[in-house]
Amino acid sequence: MSVDPAGVRRIARLGRISVDDDEIDFLREELNATLAFVEQLAEVDVDGVEPMTSVARLKLPMREDVVRDGEKAAQILANAPLSEDGFFLVPKVID
Amino acid sequence: MAPSSAHKYISGATGDFEVVVGMEVHAQVASRAKLFSASSTEFGGEPNAHVSFVDAAMPGMLPVINRECVAQAVRAGLALKAKVNRRSSFDRKNYFYPDLPQGYQISQYKDPIVGEGEVQVDLTPDESIVVGIERLHLEQDAGKSLHDQAPNMSFVDLNRSGVALMEIVSKPDLRSADEAKAYVTKLRTILRYVGACDGDMEKGNLRADVNVSVRRPGEPLGTRCEIKNVNSIRFIGQAVDAEARRQIALIEDGGKVVQQTRLFDPTRGETRAMRTKEEAHDYRYFPDPDLLPLELDDAFIEGLASSLPELPDAKKSRFIAQYGLSSYDAGVLVADKAGADYFEAAVNAPGVKRDAKAVANWTLGDLSAHGNASGAPFYEAGLSPAALATFVDLIGEGTISGKQGKDLLLLLVGDEKGADPRALAERRGMRQLNDTGEIERAVDVVIAANADKAEQAKSKPGMLGWFVGQVMKSTGGKANPQTVSDMLKTRLGL
Repeated sequence: MSVDPAGVRRIARLGRISVDDDEIDFLREELNATLAFVEQLAEVDVDGVEPMTSVARLKLPMREDVVRDGEKAAQILANAPLSEDGFFLVPKVID
Repeated sequence: MAPSSAHKYISGATGDFEVVVGMEVHAQVASRAKLFSASSTEFGGEPNAHVSFVDAAMPGMLPVINRECVAQAVRAGLALKAKVNRRSSFDRKNYFYPDLPQGYQISQYKDPIVGEGEVQVDLTPDESIVVGIERLHLEQDAGKSLHDQAPNMSFVDLNRSGVALMEIVSKPDLRSADEAKAYVTKLRTILRYVGACDGDMEKGNLRADVNVSVRRPGEPLGTRCEIKNVNSIRFIGQAVDAEARRQIALIEDGGKVVQQTRLFDPTRGETRAMRTKEEAHDYRYFPDPDLLPLELDDAFIEGLASSLPELPDAKKSRFIAQYGLSSYDAGVLVADKAGADYFEAAVNAPGVKRDAKAVANWTLGDLSAHGNASGAPFYEAGLSPAALATFVDLIGEGTISGKQGKDLLLLLVGDEKGADPRALAERRGMRQLNDTGEIERAVDVVIAANADKAEQAKSKPGMLGWFVGQVMKSTGGKANPQTVSDMLKTRLGL
């Protein structure tokens, strides 16, 4: 599996990472090298082997349905560049 | 597969079309805390008050699943007669939007908690359909953006961010706007019965994405369009009709339906395409590395199953069998569990064995009308089940007439709310005249005063009604009408 320059641009766009034209080639080589590295895993025959989801035999921890958090709007908004009347303000987005 | 119903086809200029509808309903899970965090799900509240660092996606914050949300999804699945998957997992649905602080929504893509099920929908006393359920999965809700507060900025409130949703996906088994409305109504009833969701559409706790396509009868499925976030039963019906007609007009004009996401505009009664983006979302689903698979054991599921209440279909069948109610009446009574419980409490209140059908008639008739007048369902119209029982007994005994009953009921839900019906009737002098001697005298007086009419009645039996009316008038409306009628028949020789 490999990506072409258009693929690099698309992946960057999906991740909202801005990429200059002169960076495309370098990134393409990096991405393809990573993909090739990971592809080595396909050499292993895992037919009939259950995917391992956790190294330790842990079950998904669950919490009780009790309200114990929140009610700290000031802290939540503290890092916002812009806020007003308790709302985050962001540049208007279509859709 | 739902059987084809030709009478539901829409006729276009060039022939009939069949409408095919599937729905994705998002139901907010009834829980105190959110799906993966311990902040409150309470509605309203100051902006960003019910928000924790997890909900705001601060770096390093991790999700921990709420056990009750899992239980609610299982209860809903059981009520939908669906397969509860012992093992399910969580995936990230990645996209960027200001009200999605994580940059992804935790959802279940590959392995949902609940699999295939079905919902029986009674459309009319003679027609029922079975709508297939594809799956039910748990996912996070996003926050809310307000775009109309300022010209260049949007206001974001994360109170809703992280609240648990059940997404219930139906199979494309619906064939009309009415079927779509009936399906969502029934689904909402089922969810309310088991307490998994309160179904409050005004608060946005239940909303639907409606998928609509059309085809010539017998042909393969047409291209569908998705109408997002329809938030009332009425609008669901209107949206299906509007979109079906739009697609039919397009096809008959020689065009092709393009798959797209649309919104329903209720003021215009039409759907419009959501503003197109340069590229469609690529959600790049992958298993959420912060969450192990969810594994449910039989004990957990059986415990939930055994604590489910009697479900609407079973209750309706029992009401028909046990109380002799019509399918329609039983259906209306079980639409809300609170209403069904109210009805049964009245029927089974201590005292005589009363006529369940009479209780149903008063409940669904006058009591419902009084409730409607103040925007309340019949079980909140101001009459306790015990009082309703006494009221029905008064009429059943013949102590008061049906007409007097109507007047008494009006008082019981109004000026005399909370009064004991028997005492109130006594106080107001509402008493049906049953004394046959007195009725005889009243009948004789009327016949004597109208000897000519009495003669005519022999050949015109319809005049009995006029005579009954006269006797009722002379007794101030208190005489037992049945006794009056019987006596007149005898006296007049009818």
